[in-house]
Amino acid sequence: MEEIGIKDMKKVIDVLSISQGVNFNDYAFSSFKRRIIRFLDLNKIRDLNEFTELIRTDNAYAENLVKEITVNVTEMFRDPNFWIAIRDNVLPKIRNNSPLNIWHAACSSGEEVYSMAILLHEAGLLENSRIVATDLNKSVLNIAEKGIYSLKSQGTNQRNYLEFGGKGNLSDWYVVNGNTVQYDRKLINNVEFRCHNLAGGEMKDNFDLILCRNVLIYFNSELQEKVIQDFSRNMSQGSFLGIGSKESIVWCRASKLFEEESPIDKIYRRINEKEKLNYFNLQENTHCKL
Amino acid sequence: MFEDIRIVVIGGSAGSYNVVRKILSSISETFPLPIILCLHRLKDTRNGFVESLNLVSKVPVIEPHDKDLLKAGFIYLNPSNYHMLIEPTRTVALSTESDINYCRPSIDLTFETAGYTFKNNMAGIILSGANSDGAKGIFSAFKNGAYTLVQDPSNAQFNTMPEEVLKHFKPHKILSDEDIVGFIDSLKYNKYV
Repeated sequence: MEEIGIKDMKKVIDVLSISQGVNFNDYAFSSFKRRIIRFLDLNKIRDLNEFTELIRTDNAYAENLVKEITVNVTEMFRDPNFWIAIRDNVLPKIRNNSPLNIWHAACSSGEEVYSMAILLHEAGLLENSRIVATDLNKSVLNIAEKGIYSLKSQGTNQRNYLEFGGKGNLSDWYVVNGNTVQYDRKLINNVEFRCHNLAGGEMKDNFDLILCRNVLIYFNSELQEKVIQDFSRNMSQGSFLGIGSKESIVWCRASKLFEEESPIDKIYRRINEKEKLNYFNLQENTHCKL
Repeated sequence: MFEDIRIVVIGGSAGSYNVVRKILSSISETFPLPIILCLHRLKDTRNGFVESLNLVSKVPVIEPHDKDLLKAGFIYLNPSNYHMLIEPTRTVALSTESDINYCRPSIDLTFETAGYTFKNNMAGIILSGANSDGAKGIFSAFKNGAYTLVQDPSNAQFNTMPEEVLKHFKPHKILSDEDIVGFIDSLKYNKYV
């Protein structure tokens, strides 16, 4: 198959924008291209023109492509240290908020929603929590809502949970059914699953904690900026934002609205600008005195 | 003939660790090009690896963040459990897409994207390894004009990975670990522009 260039990608993006109303212009180029190539390989398509014609004319086909592009693979308690920081540093600061408002932004197939629910249960806070889990991809939301995962993936999940120092056994939370497991419905009693596009949609809420891990890596800087702005508008002073271990918001203008809570684990605390100015003045004054 | 080379991309798996250490300990702190390391490593051990490479390297070895700009004076090691792609803007893009050929990071992916970005300004090297990852990637970089080297299978602790490259195409050079060190040393007057 011939090399796929920037022009070819633009053409695919344009067609998808018209036929599916989804704008991929602000996605990171190489991972977007990688997804397209993967789709072409899986479907044994060799001709790019044939491909663009198919996504232009065949709605189900194009829908499936969008699904393939936006699906994100995750695991439960990925980076156990992150979850330890949520449990030990973040929760004590927000645990008295009632209800405790949490947003899983781009939750994909929901592994982190269940991780959080287990963590909250162990902290005695699940009953008092209100959790919103969103993704733009309906089919992964469906998986998240069902809570059915492959048995094979539980090995990694168990290891992570153990490292996190969970109170029980992860297997207490699911029943095995052949090659799959189903997680306890009790965990998602307070979870509302909702279709939401971070690139376009608007959220009007007030969260104590937003998790959006390993999602920003698929966006370019402009879209990252927009998303971080949106998050900040849905948070109050003292609420928290957790992103992926190798993501950073230092490049965003909106980062001035945040302080690092736990730099290694990439947890940020929403502040107001005035507070930050005071903080800097304080630093400067202390510095002068020394 | 190598003055066009502006970046070195190295892929390795089982048996490559000592070769990588040898390479890193041989380059001087003023080495003028960025080096990208895509190495298979244990998924659940996040710490220790980069530290151990920094013990022998005079150039800082870092696990980049997403969107980091590639710069001379740094060696970029793939963060554990992520794919590492190189964007046409010469920045790093990370991805948690599922394993490719049972691998995350996929050496194929790093080489393909680096080759697409750097074309004939890239040198790509595949070292020892016990699986077939990397062969497609370095072949793709080769087709984009990259200068390609592979560790001599008879010199590699595990020869599957270099052998797989040779099944795909004939790289410019097949070298022992010592000669790979020599090749990288020969780039010390190049410029990253």
